[in-house]
Amino acid sequence: MTAYFFSDTAALTGRTLRHVTRSMDTIITTVITPVAMMLMFVYVFGGAIDTGSVSYVNYMLPGILLMTIASGISYTAYRLFTDVKSGIFERFQSMPIARSGVLWAHVVTSLVANMIALVLVVGVAVLMGFRSGAGVSAWLAVAGILLLFTLALTWLAVIPGLSASSVEGAGAFAYPLIFLPFVSSAFVPTRTMPGPVRWFAEHQPVTSIVNTIRALFAEQPVGDDNWIALAWCVGILLVAYLFAMVAYRRKIA
Amino acid sequence: MTAQTIADPVMRVQGLEKSYGKLRVLLGVDFDVAPGSIFALLGSNGAGKTTTVRILSTLLKADAGTARVNGFDVAAQPARVRQSISLTGQFAAVDEILTGRENLALVAGLRHLKDPGATADDLLRRFSLSEAGSRRVSTYSGGMRRRLDIAMSLIGNAPVIFLDEPTAGLDPEARIEVWDAVKKLAHDGTTVLLTTQYLDEAEQLADRIAILHQGRIIVNGNLAELKQLFPPAKVEYVEKQPTLEEIFLAVIGGGDRSNAIGTTTGVHE
Repeated sequence: MTAYFFSDTAALTGRTLRHVTRSMDTIITTVITPVAMMLMFVYVFGGAIDTGSVSYVNYMLPGILLMTIASGISYTAYRLFTDVKSGIFERFQSMPIARSGVLWAHVVTSLVANMIALVLVVGVAVLMGFRSGAGVSAWLAVAGILLLFTLALTWLAVIPGLSASSVEGAGAFAYPLIFLPFVSSAFVPTRTMPGPVRWFAEHQPVTSIVNTIRALFAEQPVGDDNWIALAWCVGILLVAYLFAMVAYRRKIA
Repeated sequence: MTAQTIADPVMRVQGLEKSYGKLRVLLGVDFDVAPGSIFALLGSNGAGKTTTVRILSTLLKADAGTARVNGFDVAAQPARVRQSISLTGQFAAVDEILTGRENLALVAGLRHLKDPGATADDLLRRFSLSEAGSRRVSTYSGGMRRRLDIAMSLIGNAPVIFLDEPTAGLDPEARIEVWDAVKKLAHDGTTVLLTTQYLDEAEQLADRIAILHQGRIIVNGNLAELKQLFPPAKVEYVEKQPTLEEIFLAVIGGGDRSNAIGTTTGVHE
């Protein structure tokens, strides 16, 4: 780490952010899948799902937000993969700069791009009738959890971004993540699921995160789910970061 | 004439070895490069040229042997080596989404120059890219892209520049543009290590040529020395047909440059 870590990372982040702002289609395609899911579930399936007194769009939005992040980070992997393939990654690594700044630039850009996508999805949800009486602190807590989840999945995306051998490979890891919310409390209450599926749904990370965000939106106490959600996010973050560093060391020899 | 050592080299490579799994790429590479010279590493595809450049530019660790660049050991002092070099990759590593000017300003910023914008404008002018400077690089031709690539590696005035196959995939006109840029570099005192698989490119540019073959330097010398390795020339009269390259350049109006191209008739007179 050199004395210029922050200025170098800032310069490189400016570059990757321009990649996002100059191809806004990556934001749009990130948002399309979750919005389509939201339309399907609210206007087609939602009527048949019993969520008690909660409106269905309110019920499902937390899961949709996680789906947005899962879909957004595939672009993080894609952008990093393109840098490695094109040779610009090596150009930066051969320069007298803080070398890890190249990775951090992609991480910061991923956070910004995903936050933009999340704001757009929440906007569509509001148009579809999503309402919350949550106060500023509850909204900040939601933003904090989503940011932490994005950070964890971003470091996960760094692994295929550095080590994939094809563009398809770099993006494909995101698909299981996009579908993970289906086997959770995101769309239907887990009590309706058969035994083993229900067990999986109740013990995978998405459920605790969804329950936490749902409680925050509904102005209800978050309970233990909050801590389980945080533990999952931090756990995924640490493990993904370690493996990303292994992939990075292998790349720069 | 292999493994020659010279006094005060800016680069000294000794016994460099590298394998990828069972594939042995470098089997003991030795060469010295004199300051301010153009040194060409000539070899066919897969000879290990890029591997050598990657080791010298601290992107890859050698299995054995030593390499010093500008007085610094690539394995022990990689950060000091990176301050001494500039790398231009085999596939012009420029940012397609940024403009030419933004690419230059980015590199100038990363090298902590005072006024990155002014540096960018100056280089755009020197490489005849001023008009294209505000356009995205994705709209550039192969030659413009490579010129931008070389311009980027000039920022910061590194004493040593690595050019890995700088003209691969370029049309004849663009090749000459790149050659002119490289000659200017060496003229200004920069040491250039160039890899190429084109004989005429090495002949045109290099002060010394080393041929890398099957993991070793099999020949190392200047052009005259290399020519002496061949059987003595005999005098023959051969009608010299223009090469397709010369015809191409004459037709498109680059005729004044055609004498810059090596005419190879295969006979030494």
